[in-house]
Amino acid sequence: MGILQSENLHLWYGSFEALKGIDMEIPAREITALIGPSGCGKSTFLKTLNRMNDLVEGCRIEGRVTLGGEDIYHNMDVNQLRKRVGMVFQKPNPFPMSIYDNIAYGPRIHGIRSRAKLDEIVESSLKAAAIWEETRDKLRSSALGLSGGQQQRLCIARALAVKPEVLLMDEPTSALDPISTGKIEELAIALKKEYTIVIVTHNMQQAVRISDRTAFFLLGEMVEYGKTTDVFSNPHDTRTENYITGRFG
Amino acid sequence: MRKSHPRGAPRAKRPFHPAERIMRVVFGACGVLAIAFVAVITGYLLVSGIPAIREIGLLPFLLGTTWQPGSDQYGIAPVILTSIYGTLGAILIGVPLGLLFAIFLGKMCPKRLYTPIRYAVDLLAGIPSVVYGLVGMIVLVPCIQTVFHKAYGQGLLAAIVVLAVMVLPSIISVSETALRAVPREYEEASLALGATWNETVFKVSFPAAKSGIAAAVVLGIGRAVGEAMAVMMVCGNVANMPALFTSVRFLTTAIAGEMGYSSGLHRQALFSVALILYIFIMVINLILNLFLKRRAGEGAK
Repeated sequence: MGILQSENLHLWYGSFEALKGIDMEIPAREITALIGPSGCGKSTFLKTLNRMNDLVEGCRIEGRVTLGGEDIYHNMDVNQLRKRVGMVFQKPNPFPMSIYDNIAYGPRIHGIRSRAKLDEIVESSLKAAAIWEETRDKLRSSALGLSGGQQQRLCIARALAVKPEVLLMDEPTSALDPISTGKIEELAIALKKEYTIVIVTHNMQQAVRISDRTAFFLLGEMVEYGKTTDVFSNPHDTRTENYITGRFG
Repeated sequence: MRKSHPRGAPRAKRPFHPAERIMRVVFGACGVLAIAFVAVITGYLLVSGIPAIREIGLLPFLLGTTWQPGSDQYGIAPVILTSIYGTLGAILIGVPLGLLFAIFLGKMCPKRLYTPIRYAVDLLAGIPSVVYGLVGMIVLVPCIQTVFHKAYGQGLLAAIVVLAVMVLPSIISVSETALRAVPREYEEASLALGATWNETVFKVSFPAAKSGIAAAVVLGIGRAVGEAMAVMMVCGNVANMPALFTSVRFLTTAIAGEMGYSSGLHRQALFSVALILYIFIMVINLILNLFLKRRAGEGAK
């Protein structure tokens, strides 16, 4: 039984059906990669998992998504859900504040006031995101002064600071150089000891390198889902095969 | 002429095309004219404002508390203080109201309501100040009289309220624009951490827009300092030390009220008042430019 599960999930933007009945079980403490060509619904699916699609006008959802067995669309406060299911975006988006305040933002929102406690959370989150050494001497300076790759790791640290169970990553390395990408990938592998990670990626090599399971999306359907090694070495569906061998997409 | 060609702009293949040359002269002349106006006004104010200050003495002029042209007493301390208090009062009321309004309009307002409200705000900005004065005179002044049981309703309080309403549209409109310019990604990041929309707006959007909001406030201060007509209709225009319910006189209303019949040193002293007002506005504009520059710097990152 996976920590996250979707059952017959349909999603419409206005009259356009972006997801056509997705059934998927995402196991805990593994990295699950979502791949597929642009517009296939993989990012949309990711955003249904922490209800970021609620912000999109004209978006309508049918079916169920459960987190630890609880229906996230009907029995759960959306802010609590997002505390449990964190997110890292495509473009690094640190707040225009100090590094410290970026990390402390989430814990403060959720009611932590004690200075000592916040210090501790900031340090442990930055360490967990492997950016503590680079930032320990400049916690008070603006996060916007960091490089793109550092900013992205800061955003991961910020997401970790509220102690989520699941971390969603929406193409987290597509705006980064190869070295920064490598660091984020190592980080993701280190983090799966404690967190469940769902990552959308355009880069199939990346999926092969870091993920335990891969789901291939096409035109709003989940075509294939299984262990990454199986999906890439022995795809069951010809559409998957065509995509991973580079015939389209 | 050719050296003034902006760097990076594509140079015309035929730089001596007659129409090009003529238009270049026309635009150049317009630019020079604008600068010339400022220079002439500044020069004129200095030339006509300084003699009276020389004659009266800078300290007696700035710190003197009696303004009696009949007996050659020209102290403008009460007028300066009134302008400062009046502006501060208007900002104290107008800024919180205006900012809350801007937050509502920019971040919370349902889409259907946005256009009519924005239209109303723009309209408010376009109403002539004499109309504000008229409404103040006919509605506000009698109200103050009744509510506070005073013999006269005119005074600093009435002026502050009128000014507060008058600075609202510029504060709302500039800070709303600043709030709208906050990148959507900041707000998404906050929401994704489990913050509510209200928390997001007050803790992320608002701080991110702070230099634009500061510019809005300074702009409001500038408007309040410079307003004459509406204030004159509700302030009573007697040069008393500022108090909420006594007649007071602002820098602007002193000039507008007496210029028509003054002569000699009296007239020169009024020019000196104008010079002081001009310096006030200059300082405020300088501060505004500082904020705007800082904002541009942030945008570059």
